[in-house]
Amino acid sequence: MKTTAFYRNLFCRADWNIQTILEADDVISQIAKDYLGLDTYPNQFEIVSSEQMLDAYSLVGLPISYHHWKFGKDFVINQNNYKKGRMGLAYELVINSNPCISYNMEDNSTCLTLLVLAHASYGHNHFFKNNYLFKQWTNADSIVDYLLFARKYIAKCEEKYGYQEVELVLDACHALMNYGVDKYKKPKSISPKEERERFKQKVEDERVLLNDIWRTLPNQKDDNSYLRKFPQQPEENILYFIEKHSPVLKEWQREIVRIVRKIAQYFYPQGQTKVINEGCATFSHYEIIQQLYEREFVDEGFMMEFLHHHSNVIYQPAFDSNHYSGINPYALGFAIFSDIKRMSLAPTSEDLQWFPEIAGKGNWKNDFINIVENYKDETFVMQFLSPKVIRDFRLFDIEDLQEKDFYTISNIHNEQGYKAIRTNLALNYNRSKYVPEIQVYQVAVMGDRTLTLDYTSTDNRTILKEKAEKVLEYVHFLWGFPVRLIADEDMGNIISEVK
Amino acid sequence: MSIQVVDRRNNPKGKSSENRQRLLKRLENQIQKALPDIIKNTNVKDISGSGEQVKIPVKGVGEPQFSYQPGTGNHHHIQPGNKEFSTGDTFKKPPKGSGGSGNGQQGSNDPSNSEDDFFVSVSRDEFLDFFFADLELPDMVKKHLNTIVDFKQKRAGYSNQGTPNRLNIVRSYQNSMSRRMAGTLYFDKEIEKLKTRFEKERLSEEEKELIQKEIDRLQKMKNAMSFMEETDLRYNNFEQYPVPITSAVMFCIMDVSGSMGEKEKDIAKRFFMLLYLFLTKQYERIEIVFIRHHTEAKEVSEFEFFNSKESGGTVVAPALELMRKIIQERYATNWNIYSAQVSDGDVWNKTDAEDCGKLMLNELLPKIQYANYIEVCRNTPSDLWDVYQNVKSKRNNFEIGKIHEVSQIWSVFQDFYKKKTTAL
Repeated sequence: MKTTAFYRNLFCRADWNIQTILEADDVISQIAKDYLGLDTYPNQFEIVSSEQMLDAYSLVGLPISYHHWKFGKDFVINQNNYKKGRMGLAYELVINSNPCISYNMEDNSTCLTLLVLAHASYGHNHFFKNNYLFKQWTNADSIVDYLLFARKYIAKCEEKYGYQEVELVLDACHALMNYGVDKYKKPKSISPKEERERFKQKVEDERVLLNDIWRTLPNQKDDNSYLRKFPQQPEENILYFIEKHSPVLKEWQREIVRIVRKIAQYFYPQGQTKVINEGCATFSHYEIIQQLYEREFVDEGFMMEFLHHHSNVIYQPAFDSNHYSGINPYALGFAIFSDIKRMSLAPTSEDLQWFPEIAGKGNWKNDFINIVENYKDETFVMQFLSPKVIRDFRLFDIEDLQEKDFYTISNIHNEQGYKAIRTNLALNYNRSKYVPEIQVYQVAVMGDRTLTLDYTSTDNRTILKEKAEKVLEYVHFLWGFPVRLIADEDMGNIISEVK
Repeated sequence: MSIQVVDRRNNPKGKSSENRQRLLKRLENQIQKALPDIIKNTNVKDISGSGEQVKIPVKGVGEPQFSYQPGTGNHHHIQPGNKEFSTGDTFKKPPKGSGGSGNGQQGSNDPSNSEDDFFVSVSRDEFLDFFFADLELPDMVKKHLNTIVDFKQKRAGYSNQGTPNRLNIVRSYQNSMSRRMAGTLYFDKEIEKLKTRFEKERLSEEEKELIQKEIDRLQKMKNAMSFMEETDLRYNNFEQYPVPITSAVMFCIMDVSGSMGEKEKDIAKRFFMLLYLFLTKQYERIEIVFIRHHTEAKEVSEFEFFNSKESGGTVVAPALELMRKIIQERYATNWNIYSAQVSDGDVWNKTDAEDCGKLMLNELLPKIQYANYIEVCRNTPSDLWDVYQNVKSKRNNFEIGKIHEVSQIWSVFQDFYKKKTTAL
């Protein structure tokens, strides 16, 4: 049995090696599991240099990827920023896979390495394994294999058809990447056998329910427009639609569309869980390191350094600060989870009124696990942003109406404003705030095969024409026939068109 | 719970280099477009000299997405850090297009703030590749077909003669092995035969002794088979094959007379510097003859050509005369000859210009592949220009051009040396 002094000696010095990580993991995994109740994938902890971190950045966190200039561009931009000191590198980067891969920078101190271990390998890892969006939309077991397949497949296509040909398809697909995701599960397609059964049932039903009155009614006017409309329901997954229905794509091109679509789907949950995911990881590392200290595995010096890093991570500059760039998801997520713990253990009368299910019940660990499992940013903020957090952040609400030439402060952090601020902030995390809602509306099956996309306008916002046209050119390439973008199902309201 | 720690630091670097190459390929057009600016703003010598990287500004490599028009729609911006606002306060919106970040919330989707603008740094070699892609010395083929001057060696199997340093051990050993196998087979068989006789048959002592002797004799002969013999040895064989090399010479003729001001000289030098870079980069073997002239013409070294400050009046014909002489002395046969001449066209008198025209037309152009003449900073055509225009109409391997501004150098240069699609 190793003594606490042994660990303290190991953790409280500047240098570390693989042994340090293994020992730290022994302690941290136990706290994560037994104290916080985290349930994680096995961990793979990788030590990388800053250059390798930049590589990882430009692949947006994919461990492997096919070759494309877009990644080169991201790399060059990151490299420029990094070299000029405009951008620091993150301490860590974590990949939703099984085993869960975390990158730790080689020049992190021992304290930071432990923080990364707790934050990424336990906090994020637990989130990936348990959050409902990730469970529903990603498959951590197979992602690395799939990426490997994708890379090989695309390399093979490049060899066979020339990389310019492949690049054309990839460019077009990347432009539609935001529209390559299913937001709702599709019903499973039925087999021919089931189809036959269903048809039999239908005939039988007609026989049993035969009612002569219906037959004697005069013929209703044939409504052909209904028959002709294709697809019958609008299709939100444009890449899926193109893959299945494009009249011009060759088989290998369809497969590439599919690859991009699959990768887009893999990233889909990440965009919607920034606050809650970072909140989960930050709250976890804070609790775990706090436990390390309480159990005397680390000393005061370690804690001083830890608190310094921790407060950097959750720093929220005010709106008028030069450092301000929106609400810091680490700060907000951590504040909400911390406040849940506070309310659970030491509630005020306000808390009892706002959160009767949580306040004073003392179940904060269960609450934490439960929230992490079942919420995304929008619903998380909507449900759990407490008046205290609103006050601490001094949140206020600026109303910006298009037709007015002035802004109005519509709510501030007071009794009258809490609910509105909470709702409005939650709505700002809705995907449609940053990705316009555009669906496949119809294809002129009987005509010139024009593909019509439809923008459902939200908040009275309009689509940027110049960019839409460029995207439509890509759609046109994939579809092979005219494409147009309309707004609000109004065939006369054409935003852009490529013939 | 288990953790696996992987140290990736020693993995090969440059995971992104392939992607970076793809980006450069994609940017080819843009980089080409940026060249005139780079020539204008940087000293060409800097590009060639130091091993430093060249920075090329890049305007958005489009990755278009469907996006909202900035400034439209109704929003609620939730901001942290309220200090003095109360509900109901109002503020004027900043005027449209000012890009003012009234409350900080416009900055990020401001279209003017295009995040796509960035620099790519390329190494000097990469840069020069872009620089001179699609340029060549015209009609280079004409003469190299019959000028086979150089030989290169290539491997050509094995030979049984050669010097020890070319001995191919594997081959030689293979031969030795097969020779020994073939050679000993006979002895092995015979020995085996005798041995069976020795054991199976009833023999007299005498016969036994005889057989034993025979066996010993055969064994001895078998053992005498040498390990390596002269015939086993094989040597790597090399063959010489002829490489057609393009022997070319470029004459650079620069006017440094008093009438050439600072600006004119700057343009001339930049043009020649570009030419020099182009030639040394694209052609392994090329000779360059530098000629400066004012009242007299002189062949000078590269350094002198670009740096000397000597100056005087203008007579052009001696420079061409000097060139004719040099060609006669050094490059009379089997050379691809090119010339580039830069001047402000200011000549001493008309006869000088006419002399130039005659020299060019009758003496030089028949001998050379391609010549060009550039007049700098001149609005009215000079005498020389008139004469050369006349020459141009008679010969198709002569081009003339005008440069007024530094920024025009690149386009003129490109016109002169653009790859002509060769009819095959």
